[in-house]
Amino acid sequence: MSMLSIRGVGKNFGGLQVLQDVNFEVPGGSIFGLIGPNGAGKTTVFNLVTGLLQASSGTIAFQGRDLAGVAPHQITRLGIARTFQNIRIFRDMTLLQNVMVGMHHLVDYGPLALFFATPTCREAERRARERALELLSWVKLDHKAGLTADNLSYGDQRKLEFARALATEPKLLLLDEPVAGMNPAEKTVLMEEIRNIRDRGYGVFLIEHDMRFVMGLCDRIAVLNFGRIIAEGAPEEIRNHPDVIEAYLGREDQPEEASV
Amino acid sequence: MEGFSDFWSTYSTLVFTVGIHALLALSIWLTLACGLLSLANAAFMGIGAYTAALLTLNLGWPFPAVLAAGALAPAAVALAIGVPTLRLSGVYLAMATLAFGEVSRVIILNLDITGGPEGLNGIPLVTEGWHIVLILAVVAYGLARLRRSRVGRAFEAIKEDEVAARLMGIDVDRHKLFAFTLGAVIAGLAGALNAHYTFFISPREYGFENAVDILTMTILGGISSLIGPVLGATILTLLPELLRFLHDYRLAVNGAILVLVVLFLPTGLWDSRRIRAWFARRASR
Repeated sequence: MSMLSIRGVGKNFGGLQVLQDVNFEVPGGSIFGLIGPNGAGKTTVFNLVTGLLQASSGTIAFQGRDLAGVAPHQITRLGIARTFQNIRIFRDMTLLQNVMVGMHHLVDYGPLALFFATPTCREAERRARERALELLSWVKLDHKAGLTADNLSYGDQRKLEFARALATEPKLLLLDEPVAGMNPAEKTVLMEEIRNIRDRGYGVFLIEHDMRFVMGLCDRIAVLNFGRIIAEGAPEEIRNHPDVIEAYLGREDQPEEASV
Repeated sequence: MEGFSDFWSTYSTLVFTVGIHALLALSIWLTLACGLLSLANAAFMGIGAYTAALLTLNLGWPFPAVLAAGALAPAAVALAIGVPTLRLSGVYLAMATLAFGEVSRVIILNLDITGGPEGLNGIPLVTEGWHIVLILAVVAYGLARLRRSRVGRAFEAIKEDEVAARLMGIDVDRHKLFAFTLGAVIAGLAGALNAHYTFFISPREYGFENAVDILTMTILGGISSLIGPVLGATILTLLPELLRFLHDYRLAVNGAILVLVVLFLPTGLWDSRRIRAWFARRASR
């Protein structure tokens, strides 16, 4: 039942080993969290899965298909969508256009149909616009559909990126720190929305710093530290895992040892 | 009516030149629309002009076939050089396409069939005013349709953030190659039309200066819509004529006006956002 499988994956940039022998499986229809201290290599994992980087070793497979050498836009078409830690919406485009860009491969008509504005072409554009509005209303931004995206607040920009990712009709949604910069109320709402997405049958794979958010939301968690997976399991197991506590808080006896 | 025919006999050349320049400005708008700074369009115009003129002079092809060949020859060249060069971006792409332009000019300058530095003389004057108007209208309409389609949205996404565009399922490399090649088609058409309008062509017309002129028209007009390039082409073609009364100071004033526009309206004369905001303000008053 695994959707995304990561086996023995390593990545180095020159002499710098960022990931070493990373193994885990992201199941479909559930929420999987990848946590770890800053610089542990979490975003690198996302960049490998989405094809922006190629793994130095190991294999990444999506629904049984090896992703080595598959271009990023093809990976998106296979059904993996992502958001970015440092929001990358198209700022000069309207909200509606932003979401419609996500449907690029789903809206299809030939050059002649386009030039002569045939009914097929107009119908395809109309359907795409409606679907985009539907997604925008789902993140409660439909009343701003005609504004350019740079008018949005930080939280709304995150929501727009979310809607845009869903527009590609993914089977697996990768969220890179989805609640960064949100207030507690917004976090609770987003948590509900992510659960909704899972319940509709999507897989969700997220990276997050906010421990309370991760523990409350994820069905399964893997912990990455210095490029290695140090623990994997249900939230309760992770919470009490000695290696995880050490990675986040440091070892209790360390200062004494150092002073001797 | 007499007044009009006087006006027309004096200025028809100027009006048609505006049309040719508008085509060229639209051709470079395409690449700018997906964030590519390419300076190859003057060379594409030259390839189109020479291909068309040689087919007319040597083989006596009918004009429509000549125009088609004048559009397709630069497109084939664009496809061939686009694959390696479009991996570059920013200044590096500008340098590579500029080098391509110079290489094309030097090749044309040294071939026998192109008449070398003397160029080609005695090209039949078969381009009519309505040819230019019709082709400009079809090109402008086609680009307007394109702009509001999935391809236009993809161009804009690529211009804003290439990585995000890729992750939206857009084949970025193919879209760039398409914009580059379609730009070459339009520039080639402009060249073919121009060759059969001016009687004479020489390699000098398709060099660095011309490449920069085309770019200036589009940037001056603004790239946020299709009106900008056409407006820029019109102004840059007419301004030197309108300033004739300044005699020796003409070119200096011309340059000064351009500098002022770029300084105070960096997004170009026609920025659709600025204009929409202006209308909104007026409406609310």
